[in-house]
Amino acid sequence: MDFSPFFISIKTALLATAITFFLGLFAARLVVKIKHGKGLLDGIFTLPMVLPPTVVGFFLILIFGKNSYVGILLSQINVTVMFSWAATVISATVVSFPLMYRTTRGAFEQIDMDMVYAARTLGMSERKIFWRILLPISWPGVAAGTVLSFARALGEFGATIMIAGNIPGRTQTISTAIYTAVQSGDRATAYQWTGIIIAISFSAMIMLNYWSNYQSKIISRCAKK
Amino acid sequence: MSVHVDIKKSFPDFNLNVKFEAENEILALLGASGCGKSMTLKCIAGIEKPDEGQIVLDGLVLFDSEKGINLSPQKRKTGYLFQHYALFPNMTVAENIAAGIQLPKREKDAIIKEKIQMFHLDGLEGRYPSQISGGQQQRVALARILASEPKILMLDEPFSALDSYLRWQMEQEISCVLEKFGGTTLFVSHNRDEVYRICNKIAVMSHGNLEAISEKWALFNNPQTLAAALLTGCKNISHAKKRTDYSLEASDWNVTFQTEEKVPDNLSYVGVRAHYFVPSYDESEPNTLKGSIQRVIEDTFSTIIMYQLGGDSSIRWEVDKQTYHSLQKYEEHVFLKVFPKDILMLSE
Repeated sequence: MDFSPFFISIKTALLATAITFFLGLFAARLVVKIKHGKGLLDGIFTLPMVLPPTVVGFFLILIFGKNSYVGILLSQINVTVMFSWAATVISATVVSFPLMYRTTRGAFEQIDMDMVYAARTLGMSERKIFWRILLPISWPGVAAGTVLSFARALGEFGATIMIAGNIPGRTQTISTAIYTAVQSGDRATAYQWTGIIIAISFSAMIMLNYWSNYQSKIISRCAKK
Repeated sequence: MSVHVDIKKSFPDFNLNVKFEAENEILALLGASGCGKSMTLKCIAGIEKPDEGQIVLDGLVLFDSEKGINLSPQKRKTGYLFQHYALFPNMTVAENIAAGIQLPKREKDAIIKEKIQMFHLDGLEGRYPSQISGGQQQRVALARILASEPKILMLDEPFSALDSYLRWQMEQEISCVLEKFGGTTLFVSHNRDEVYRICNKIAVMSHGNLEAISEKWALFNNPQTLAAALLTGCKNISHAKKRTDYSLEASDWNVTFQTEEKVPDNLSYVGVRAHYFVPSYDESEPNTLKGSIQRVIEDTFSTIIMYQLGGDSSIRWEVDKQTYHSLQKYEEHVFLKVFPKDILMLSE
C-alpha cells in the first residue's frame, strides 16, 4: 500500500491549521473590536463554511488560475499554485478558517470586558492584554477551534480536488485517495483509509475534550462572572 | 492631587451631564442604578469617550473635546476598582498584583512583597483568584491598583458583591486604605449608609445629572431636591404648594404645614423622614396628620407602622419597639405630629 496520501494529508492539515490558527485569531479579534460593519465582515468570514466546497474551489481557481492577476504575478517568479501541494494547503486553509474564526470569536465574546478595561487602566499595552489575558482566558475555545479546524482540514475534499487535483504522490490526500479507491472498485483500500481518517479525527476530538475540561477547571469561576 | 471633570455624553434614554471638582478628598457619587455613576467613572478612566467636555487630573489634560485630546486609558494613571474586581483568572495573586507595575524585576518584586504584606495576603501569592475568598479577591484587586501608583482612586460599588458580614469588614479595610492613600477618591454607590460612613462629601446623581456637591451632614439634614431626599432614604414624600412664606400645603396628605425656614419659591415636594413623626392625641395641634393605623410590621430593631390618611396615601412611620408598646393602648386615636424643623422642603 502506498502511504503517500497519509503523509500528504497530515502535512497539509498541520500547515493549514497553523495558518488558520493565526488568521482565525486575527479575524476574531478584529470582528469583536470593530463597531461598524460587523455583520458584513462576519458574513464574509463565514462564507467558506456554508458554500458548497465546489463553489469555494471555483473561486480559488478564479483567484489562482493561470489567467488571473495572482496567477500571472506568481508565474513571473516561476510559481504555479494550481495542481501543486500548495493548492491542497490553500484549500484546506480556506475551508477550515471559518471554524477557527467562529469558535474563537465566541470565546472572545464570553470574556468579561471589565477585565480588559481593568488591564488598560493598569497600563498594560493592547498587545500584552491580548497575549497574556484574552488568549489564555479563551484558551479552551481557541483550542476547540484549532482541533475542529484540523479535523476539517484533514477531511477537505471538494475544493482540493478542484484546484489541487488528485495526483498520487503529489496532491493525493486521504480523502481523494478514498474517492479514487471507490471509483476503481478497490474496496479494501477505501476501508483502510476510512479507518485511518476516523481514528485520527476521533482521537483529536477525545484529546480536546479531556484537555478543555482540565483547562476550564483552572480558570473557572472568575472568568464567567 | 485634584481632578476636574466637566463632561456631556448622550444616550438613547438619558443624557449624562456631569461637572465637579475634587481634591484630596473622598467624594461619593450617590445615585440610583442606571443614573450614570459608573459611566462617569468610565469616562474618567478612558474606557468610554464623552461627547464633549474636559477632564483634567493633576494638571494633566486627559480629555478635551475642543483641543482634540483623548489619552488612552493606559496613559491616564487612574485606579479603577470594578464591582466584581476584574481579577485575571489565569494569573496568580502575585502575577495579578504585578500586572500594573512597569519596573525592572527587582523593584517589581519589592513592590509585590510590600503590597502582599499591606493587604494581609501572605501565603496566597501562588493561588489563583478562583481559589481565594471574596474578601481576599477584593484585597488583591486593591493591591493591584495601588501597585500601579494611580493618581486617583475610583471605586465602583465595591461592596455589592459581598454578604452583609463581609461587607462591614471590607468597609473598614477600605476606609483604612483610603486614609493611607490620601489622594482623591471617587466612590460610587447607591447605599446611603455606606456612603455616609466612608465619605466626607456627597454628590447626588439623578438621570445623568450631577446635582450640587454637599457636605454629607448637610445633605442628610437638608436634601433640597427630590432625588437627594429619596437617595438619603426619605420614605414619605408628598406633592406640595407654597402657601405663605412660612407655610405650605402637602397636597397628597391633605395637610398644611408650618415651617421653620422660609418656604422656597420653587417648592414642589415635601418630605418627612419615617423616624420624625411624633404620636399626638390632640388633632387641633398644628402640623398634625389625621388618619388611622393600617398595618404594623415588625422589623429587626424597630416597628414600622403604615398609617393610612384619607384617600390612597399612607405614611410610613418607624418607632423603636418600646415606644410602640406604650402606644398600643391608644392606637385607635393616634395622630401624627411633625415638628417644623423636621419638614424637608424639596424642589424637583
